Amino acid sequence: MPCQAPEERIRNFREVALGYTEEQAVLEAQRCLQCKKPKCRDGCPVEVLIPEFIQAVAERNFAEAAAQLKEKNALPAVCGRVCPQESQCESKCIIGIKSEPVAIGRLERFVADWEMAQEGQMAKEKCTSATSTVSPKGKKVAIIGAGPAGLTCAADMARLGYDVTVFEALHVAGGVLMYGIPEFRLPKAIVEKEINTLCQLGVNVQVNMVGGKTFTVEELQQKGYEAIFIGTGAGLPNFMGIPGENFCGVFAANEFLTRTNLMKGYDFPNALTPVRAGSKVAVLGAGNVAMDAARTALRLGAEEVSIVYRRSEKEMPARAEEIEHAHEEGVQFKVLTNPVEIVGDEQGWVKGMRCLRYELGEPDESGRRRPVAIDGSEFFMEVDTVIVAIGQGPNPLVTQSTPGLELNRKGTIYADEEGRTSLEGVFAGGDIVTGAATVILAMGAGKKAARAMDQYLQSK
Amino acid sequence: MYPIVKKVVLSSAVKEFEVRAPMVAEKAQAGHFFIMRANERGERIPLTIADYDREKGTITTIIQELGASSTLVGQMEEGDEILDFVGPLGVPSEIELFDGPTVLVGGGIGIAPIFPIARALKAAGNEVISIIGARNKDLLIWEEKMASVSDKLIVCTDDGSYGRQGFVTDALKDLYAERGKLAAVWAIGPMPMMRAIANVTRPWAVKTIVSMNPLMMDGTGMCGACRVQVGEETKFACVDGPEFDGHLVDFDLAIKRLAIYKDQEKRALAALEHKGGHCGCQ
Ligand SMILES: Cc1cc2nc3c(=O)[nH]c(=O)nc-3n(C[C@H](O)[C@H](O)[C@H](O)COP(=O)(O)OP(=O)(O)OC[C@H]3O[C@@H](n4cnc5c(N)ncnc54)[C@H](O)[C@@H]3O)c2cc1C
Ligand SMILES: Cc1cc2nc3c(=O)[nH]c(=O)nc-3n(C[C@H](O)[C@H](O)[C@H](O)COP(=O)(O)OP(=O)(O)OC[C@H]3O[C@@H](n4cnc5c(N)ncnc54)[C@H](O)[C@@H]3O)c2cc1C
Ligand code: SF4
Ligand code: FES
Repeated sequence: MPCQAPEERIRNFREVALGYTEEQAVLEAQRCLQCKKPKCRDGCPVEVLIPEFIQAVAERNFAEAAAQLKEKNALPAVCGRVCPQESQCESKCIIGIKSEPVAIGRLERFVADWEMAQEGQMAKEKCTSATSTVSPKGKKVAIIGAGPAGLTCAADMARLGYDVTVFEALHVAGGVLMYGIPEFRLPKAIVEKEINTLCQLGVNVQVNMVGGKTFTVEELQQKGYEAIFIGTGAGLPNFMGIPGENFCGVFAANEFLTRTNLMKGYDFPNALTPVRAGSKVAVLGAGNVAMDAARTALRLGAEEVSIVYRRSEKEMPARAEEIEHAHEEGVQFKVLTNPVEIVGDEQGWVKGMRCLRYELGEPDESGRRRPVAIDGSEFFMEVDTVIVAIGQGPNPLVTQSTPGLELNRKGTIYADEEGRTSLEGVFAGGDIVTGAATVILAMGAGKKAARAMDQYLQSK
Repeated sequence: MYPIVKKVVLSSAVKEFEVRAPMVAEKAQAGHFFIMRANERGERIPLTIADYDREKGTITTIIQELGASSTLVGQMEEGDEILDFVGPLGVPSEIELFDGPTVLVGGGIGIAPIFPIARALKAAGNEVISIIGARNKDLLIWEEKMASVSDKLIVCTDDGSYGRQGFVTDALKDLYAERGKLAAVWAIGPMPMMRAIANVTRPWAVKTIVSMNPLMMDGTGMCGACRVQVGEETKFACVDGPEFDGHLVDFDLAIKRLAIYKDQEKRALAALEHKGGHCGCQ
């Protein structure tokens, strides 16, 4: 797929991957064998009609392709950009056994972008309260958290005719899509456009509403919301628990990325929220969050950016494309390495990390080979900024304020396959149930919960 | 949008605002704060809820203009609308009936957030002694309000232009000498002042609560910017605080962490002043 050249793109926040041209898309679509029992679809958490939409692309019938795609996926422009296709649909594609699998993700993106372009200018106006349409079912439903899980659930419930209100803590809807994933990977205008579609469905989005603080689940019930979906995500940053973590210059990836994306720190001082990358940056972790932080630091002007990870490159959880792009942009990979202490100077600023080198031992419960520290391997790594990207836990504000809501061991909400929690009429899905996962899984959870909520409300 | 229903200029850099935000007012308690954003350009800035009126649905806060974002707010007028306003956030002050006098120490604009705590302690039946201080008479705020909820009010100014001359720490030491036993002390003001109070009360082993004001962004525990070192633990001021045990807080680190974006803040203020001016030079 055509991309901005690495030398060029590390100086801007514009999208890296440029997308297929029509010709490229049609050629790629024609490679699909149109399998009778499409394996690719088994690999898709929301069962997108993959061969069907690809067939339409091959026939240059893009409008039909879009219709097929949207049948199962409400956010194709987002998924086409951020889904880990190589471990989902594309990993199952039959052509992949002998050669490159069909580039399903890129085709998905192409179709979604084509459709958006037809609709002309992407609407940008913020939607806080939509013109309320009379809901045929006359029942009120509340969604807490406007990430992919909550938004998908809201869309489906609105389509089913419920009166839906989404309550979001931040000043914009979108969740991680707006505050975490950088502009150069997922343009915010695309997310805003998807959210506007929701408003057109009559969903009322209320921002600046913190569940557990501004309102509680119980109060929503008292106000007549007959079913409630909790999709508050995994927004609580983990730290390493090593000495020196609070020195100046040590940031959680969430702070760094939120300042840059949501608060537009790259446009400082036109936007007033500052962000600081420093010159020698170490990013701890190797998931999508770490890759995003590393590539963002480069774009903000850091001279040297390293990913520090205790396993090897093979075990990295990030999407293949992100790792590849990070390499191309000059991010250094310091693998089999882990810090044991962050060292600061007299001013309280980070000046480096004491690190150990690792080797890989036997596989652990996760199936990945366990990293083992090498005795006497300690060395000092000079850095002035450390960005911690080693995962997020569930946001506890709603769970703590909701008596009777059963939790899992790690503080995530207990919910069954359909999203039912231990409280009647209360459903949950996305990262708040699974722990940090993926956009498509969160959307899948929102969808399933909508179905269960509908059943519940019908039977009431 | 959240309209400003009243603005009082307390001094050139300190303004009192009353803002209509019924959802926040309904839930507000002593010790809570909120986060606001003046307009599309502004930062999300945390401010303490200094007073609230549930019937009118309003929140009162006092803001000191420091950098660009707080200056942007300070320039707003009655009738203007604030774009984003979210709260109440944080853990409310733990109000109980103490066995002995409770002392509320407010320094500078820290007097405003100490007011609702004093009022709540008084309502719970405590003896409330308040010590408020400012650099000079002109910078002293809310003296009457504090007097209305205190059994005894001690006013200090650094330069002696009003009340007794000296720091709030001196007044606290004298009070301890006089009373012998204090049940609890709340101190809110600039970090160096809170550190000084905590150092004064440490040898007395009097429970001392301070309200930390680290950099914040979301205020919901998501970004980790508001980390405060409290004893051996790392706490998030927005969800675990902002009040903490003053004897355990690492103030030195907290003060340094406030300056993380110092260079950028200067640039932002310069940019704001140029645009606000009429030179047109950008
Ligand atoms: C930097 C980064 C990069 C990523 N890259 C990818 C990728 O490339 N591909 C991929 O598939 N996945 C990626 N992920 C993971 C993916 O974004 C998440 O799995 C997904 O967003 C989870 O969706 P969600 O709806 O459960 O939660 P979220 O997206 O976290 O949304 C939760 C929403 O709830 C709001 N909220 C929280 N608490 C409250 C409250 N008390 N009251 C009201 N609202 C509240 C939050 O503000 C937020 O808007 C990435 C994550 C990050 C952080
Ligand atoms: C829980 C909480 C409650 C607060 N309550 C109030 C209040 O009631 N009234 C009020 O005026 N301010 C209050 N603050 C502080 C206020 O949020 C900051 O002064 C404001 O964010 C500064 O924004 P700025 O962009 O204008 O200044 P900046 O440009 O960010 O900073 C200017 C200068 O102020 C310092 N500074 C930055 N942030 C803070 C901070 N959070 N506290 C102290 N100094 C800071 C910087 O080091 C810098 O030197 C509170 C902060 C917190 C966390
Ligand atoms: S498995 Fe591959 S070849 Fe078969 S239908 Fe799916 S995309 Fe086409
Ligand atoms: S302000 Fe972001 S975690 Fe506290």
